[in-house]
Amino acid sequence: MSNQASFLFDIPGPKAIRRHRIIGVVGTLLILALVAWLVWGLRSQLTPAKWMPFLDPGSWSNYLVPGILNTLQAAAISVVTASVLGLVLALGRMSSLRLLSIIATVLIEFFRAVPVLMMMLFVYFLTVFVPAIAAVVPAELKPLVGVVAGLTFYNAAVMAELLRSGINSLPRGQTEAGLALGLSMGQTRRAILIPQAITAMLPALVSQLVVILKDSALGYIINYPELLRQSQTLAARHANSIAAFIIAAILFILINWSLTTLANYLEKHMRTRQSGGMLDLSRMEADTDDTAPAR
Amino acid sequence: MEGFLELLSEYNVLAAFWMTIRLTVVSAVGALLLGTLIAVMRISPVPVFRGIGAAYVTLVRNTPLTLIVTFCVLGLMYFLNIKLLPDSVSLKPQLFAWAVAALSVYHASFVAEGIRSGFNTVPPGQVEAARAVGMNFTQSLATVILPQALRGAITPLGNTMIALTKNTTVVSIVGVAEASYMMKNMIEFSPQFLFSIFFLMALGFVILTLPLGMFFSWAATRWVVAR
Repeated sequence: MSNQASFLFDIPGPKAIRRHRIIGVVGTLLILALVAWLVWGLRSQLTPAKWMPFLDPGSWSNYLVPGILNTLQAAAISVVTASVLGLVLALGRMSSLRLLSIIATVLIEFFRAVPVLMMMLFVYFLTVFVPAIAAVVPAELKPLVGVVAGLTFYNAAVMAELLRSGINSLPRGQTEAGLALGLSMGQTRRAILIPQAITAMLPALVSQLVVILKDSALGYIINYPELLRQSQTLAARHANSIAAFIIAAILFILINWSLTTLANYLEKHMRTRQSGGMLDLSRMEADTDDTAPAR
Repeated sequence: MEGFLELLSEYNVLAAFWMTIRLTVVSAVGALLLGTLIAVMRISPVPVFRGIGAAYVTLVRNTPLTLIVTFCVLGLMYFLNIKLLPDSVSLKPQLFAWAVAALSVYHASFVAEGIRSGFNTVPPGQVEAARAVGMNFTQSLATVILPQALRGAITPLGNTMIALTKNTTVVSIVGVAEASYMMKNMIEFSPQFLFSIFFLMALGFVILTLPLGMFFSWAATRWVVAR
């Protein structure tokens, strides 16, 4: 950003620097006034007494830590199942069998168009209301199944598209070399193209994990005891809902921000490690519909 | 099948989708305005504004939408009785206003990121030319940078709008009567039509998002800046 910013405006001289400082101070004061107004409005909720429950180790060991673990558990399972299903869908879509390719395409488009929350509700109700399924899934696992299924279908479709654009962005010589060696198209894809695309996809996969982690908070609606739900259950006992929201937000931001940093590190690291073959993430996001702005 | 048709006559599915569309359109306007402001702050010559813009995007992007929605409605509106509209307005519009506010605040961070990628499509020569003819930052922003950046950002902005359409379902958690809220109600009262209800509602979203996607890919090629 800084090197881009440098050509957007003249390098400020002493006068402009002074002017920018004044504008900066005024702007900061305006923002501070807004924050102060918010804090003033919430003053009854931000008293030390409202924060006391968070100093009690019991709140953490009984509510928040299990909440974090449940959020991470749902996200971890979903990222694995979504990757597997995504791979299957991508293979299906690229298959030379026309029927298979059409089915995979329709499934991908469908999974991408249906909101995650709706899919979650549907699968959750499936485990509740359809006798054959309700008998198999134990009651305490039903919300988890709903959350994981909702996250899996949508993210599998996104990953299938990431994988496909990853394979399409590989140099043509890779396919040609494979075919020249006498491999079939399927063998070339499995042995040469997909492994490269997956390695190149790793940073995108970690970014997708952030999306999944945030979306797992949707489990709130089917009573999955994730971080947000747990923080509010805790708040119900102490009437400190606002403080609990703030703590939950800080925890979410910390977890997601570290994952984003990891994704950026991986991207940089791998770009220096292998010459070429890395995917341009910004371009991939432009190719595949809604990877960028997910919840 | 008979019973399903009867069910449809009891529930106004079209009204629910009309609510989804209204939430989408109003929040889209809010998110575009706020997001453009944040994006401009991020490239402004004033360092403090750049910091504020970056902080906004980092904080909001990493917070779940569910948290923002529940904070606004359960925390601010119900718990603390803070209202966005005058007190004389009834509960439903108040709820709608907070839902739109939450959706706009959340998606503004993605709009800002999209427009930032649009800024990257503007060649430095354009900006340097604007500066060379004596334009200051505001002038070059309004007449040279933003018009090109917005046209270069159509694809990411379109993706954000599609995501916004689907994300309106999140406000059903706080009781806004849109499509997924109605789906939940219908299934809870007539679980025997679980599949039909789900596919009907899912089809509604396919019908909403598919043309939107086609429109934005058409628009991106139609309005691309020829270089």
